[in-house]
Amino acid sequence: MQMQAVNTSRSTAGQAGEVVLKVEHLSLDFRLRTEILHAVRDVSFELRRGETLCLVGESGSGKSVTARALLRILDKNGVIAAGKMLLAGQHGDIDIAPLTERSPELLKIRGGRIGLIFQEPMSSLSPVHTIGSQIVEALRLHRRMDKKQARAETIELLRQVEIPNPDKMIDRYTFEFSGGMRQRAMIAMALAADPEILIADEPTTALDVTTQAEILDLIKRLQISRGMAMLLITHDMGIVAEVADAVAVMHYGRIVETGSTDDIFHNPRHDYTKRLLGSTVKLEQNPRAATRAKPVASDRQPVLSVRNLTKVYGASKAWMGGSSFAVKAVDDISFDLYPGENLGIVGESGSGKTTLGRLILRTVEPTSGDVTYFGQGEPLEVTKLNKRQLKGFHRDVRLVFQDPFASLNPRMTVKQVIGDPLIVSGKLHGAALDRRVGELLELVGLDPAVMERYPHAFSGGQRQRISIARALALDPKIIIADEATAALDVSIRAQILDLLLDIQKRLDLSFIFISHDISVVRYFCDRVAVLHRGKLVEMGSAEQICTSPQQPYTQSLISAVPHPDPRHKRMMHRTRFTA
Amino acid sequence: MLEHTYIDEAPEAAPAVTAIRTSKPVKTAVAGPWRLMWAKFARNKVAIVAGVIILLLYLIGLFAEFLAPALPDTARPQFTNAPPQELRLFATDAEGNSQFQLHVTGYTMTVDQASLRRSYVIDDAQVVPVGLFVKGAPYKLWGVIPSDVHLIGPLKSSDTMYLMGTDKLGRDLFSRLIHGTRISMSIGLIGVTISLFLGVILGSISGFYGGWVDLVIQRVIEVISSMPTIPLWLGLAAAIPLSWSPITVYFVITLIVSLFGWTGLAREVRGRFFALRSEDFVTAARLDGSSERRLIFRHILPSLTSHILAVVTLALPTMIVAETALSFLGIGLKAPVVSWGVLLQDAQNVRTIATAPWLLIWPSAAVVITVLAYNFLGDGLRDAADPYES
Repeated sequence: MQMQAVNTSRSTAGQAGEVVLKVEHLSLDFRLRTEILHAVRDVSFELRRGETLCLVGESGSGKSVTARALLRILDKNGVIAAGKMLLAGQHGDIDIAPLTERSPELLKIRGGRIGLIFQEPMSSLSPVHTIGSQIVEALRLHRRMDKKQARAETIELLRQVEIPNPDKMIDRYTFEFSGGMRQRAMIAMALAADPEILIADEPTTALDVTTQAEILDLIKRLQISRGMAMLLITHDMGIVAEVADAVAVMHYGRIVETGSTDDIFHNPRHDYTKRLLGSTVKLEQNPRAATRAKPVASDRQPVLSVRNLTKVYGASKAWMGGSSFAVKAVDDISFDLYPGENLGIVGESGSGKTTLGRLILRTVEPTSGDVTYFGQGEPLEVTKLNKRQLKGFHRDVRLVFQDPFASLNPRMTVKQVIGDPLIVSGKLHGAALDRRVGELLELVGLDPAVMERYPHAFSGGQRQRISIARALALDPKIIIADEATAALDVSIRAQILDLLLDIQKRLDLSFIFISHDISVVRYFCDRVAVLHRGKLVEMGSAEQICTSPQQPYTQSLISAVPHPDPRHKRMMHRTRFTA
Repeated sequence: MLEHTYIDEAPEAAPAVTAIRTSKPVKTAVAGPWRLMWAKFARNKVAIVAGVIILLLYLIGLFAEFLAPALPDTARPQFTNAPPQELRLFATDAEGNSQFQLHVTGYTMTVDQASLRRSYVIDDAQVVPVGLFVKGAPYKLWGVIPSDVHLIGPLKSSDTMYLMGTDKLGRDLFSRLIHGTRISMSIGLIGVTISLFLGVILGSISGFYGGWVDLVIQRVIEVISSMPTIPLWLGLAAAIPLSWSPITVYFVITLIVSLFGWTGLAREVRGRFFALRSEDFVTAARLDGSSERRLIFRHILPSLTSHILAVVTLALPTMIVAETALSFLGIGLKAPVVSWGVLLQDAQNVRTIATAPWLLIWPSAAVVITVLAYNFLGDGLRDAADPYES
């Protein structure tokens, strides 16, 4: 139903298709210490009224600086080397490129004719002003309203972005808003001056998948009803497929391919576009379905067994008065992990999935419940181990972190990082250590010659490989991967997942894969557990969870995932879950 | 409606860049953190100059006996409060030929009969030849190696040369300042070493364990830093028995100064520990089975060494100033030990400043230059301390 509405409104919008902004041969240079980085080269595109252009590319492709150049908010070392940015006006076009920093024209364009939504709703709103006062300021500046009018208009804007009780919320502070609400407020602020062009720079990257669907839905509806042109910047092909009318694919500062959404998705010409689509679409399948071992027999011995695990925060008996406020981060969760199995744990932020991983490793102490590990010899009651026994357990059950930049000590060489667990456990030293580290590097697909380098010399993907090598150093039985691919670009993400699957084939490993990304879990896991507010909502095979979820929460979660095919938009007719 | 266009080329493998400088690129891949830090530090010219000055001052302190033209305690009553002499390169001999001869010119002294004040006038006619590596008063370098060679001095040992003038007892200020450099520069170094030891150990423990340990250590720090320092120093210094040797007094003064200097460093270290102990790489090391000691000394502390170095460099001048202040007030080092503070003690009254301003100017210039150099060096180090920022 919604789709129809979208189509009709577009065809009826009077001058739809009229060009409002034309970027011609734009080049941006950044002066670095030893070199000039040509961040954007010869980029041309048009924004049309009522249409959405998606600028898609991986990190470092120059998509964000292009958008920032439109508002002339580049960093100090950046310059517009060539090109025009023509903004259509009643008295002919205005070129934004040659305007001086403080010229009144530019100030009028910023926030007046072009609105901007940033990625990070936490840091783009002032924490010391109320939401309302920030929007009122924009209204008074750009639309010259008096205080009373501006306040009424602000309430109206907050209503439009679907913030409940706008007349009350206007006087609230940023920290009283959730991530999704802040992004709504940000949108209201961007819309305050009634701009013709809306630039959204990764507007939903920091948000949960269901919130993302709502925000995208909102932006799209507002754009159509107001007849704005939109420039949406994203790295997610799924979002592109759901929202875009036209697509421009950026790679290392150039637009390598541009066309209608359908053309790009169903008839990609440039190799990079094909590669990008390939790695996105690949994650829509599950290679494990074909290669999976026989269905899990019920009599098989699990390698790890979790029973009624609970973690309560804030319920400790305070010595003054005591606190009745308690949060159950993990609430009575039980599951088994079988040898050679990949168990996915999915959930949105705050669902307790990371805490669950830490509870299993006991870096966070559980409030109650049991974790039993069946390694060699006696089953281990993990919750009852002393410090020394816990070290032994940590040799068999390893953790791979989310952030490949924070998880490697910048002061240690790759050899020291990977060799550290071996040295600590007293297993190897000298030449034998070098040999083992070399083997491990080869196992994760890196050249052993890089051993003497420092982590800063590696890209995110390579760093994650080093992290994996460190996890494998002690011949573990179980690896807990906590959002191990979340910080990586799509194409690298697929590579790392394939690497993990390949290593699993060679070594006898089980994975607990914690992720918010349904497609990654679907690609990687045999079974999936869905967490919501600390509770285990549903558990089943990856295929079953992703195609025919039983619980209403899982249904809403799955249906909110953008589908990278413009012919099968999923998000717009998703199931909503209210709890 | 929209044309489908694309660039008919293979995807590029790297972003487009143009090199600005052709200087040999730093191999950052294998460069350790110290190399990166040095590369960043080397770009700060002011800090480099400051570093060179500090280095020179320490060299002066190290070879004080050799560099000083005279012994610090040699007093010549006939030259009390004599003004500085100028070092000249060319002398005119009896035949009127100008030739190269390092020399200073002598004084003619007149005594005001009413006030008995001596006044000196530089007499160009008197040439006191000066040479490099001359034999002079015998000394023992570092109290061990006997020698009598001085870098610069009058060729005839009965002649005098006062490049910075003399004090009220007729002692050479230049020589005394050089000897004072040794004491003043080293008192900072030793004091900071003690502070560093206390600060790093207590700060690490406080930051790593947190909880009640942190609570106790932080309260101790607050108590110590809330005490007014000057009266406390006065009290402690007054407690030093007069019979102690100057060397013992020197160490006790160092100890007193450093006992109150470690609190800032401890707080800095604690803050960094708080930030770092929850970093992923520390958790990873913990899961690797590292003991707490290994976590602190192998994983966390190396990440802050550069910061500690910067803090220490900024703490050194406060130590030097503290010593100077104590000695100036007459409760720190005492004669025969020579330090900048002891030298300044001579310039405490207006009469001295009026008749012999060099007694105030040179020692205070030494203190000011040292403190400024340390501050610039410390700022440079602090900026370079995080080589991964940019």
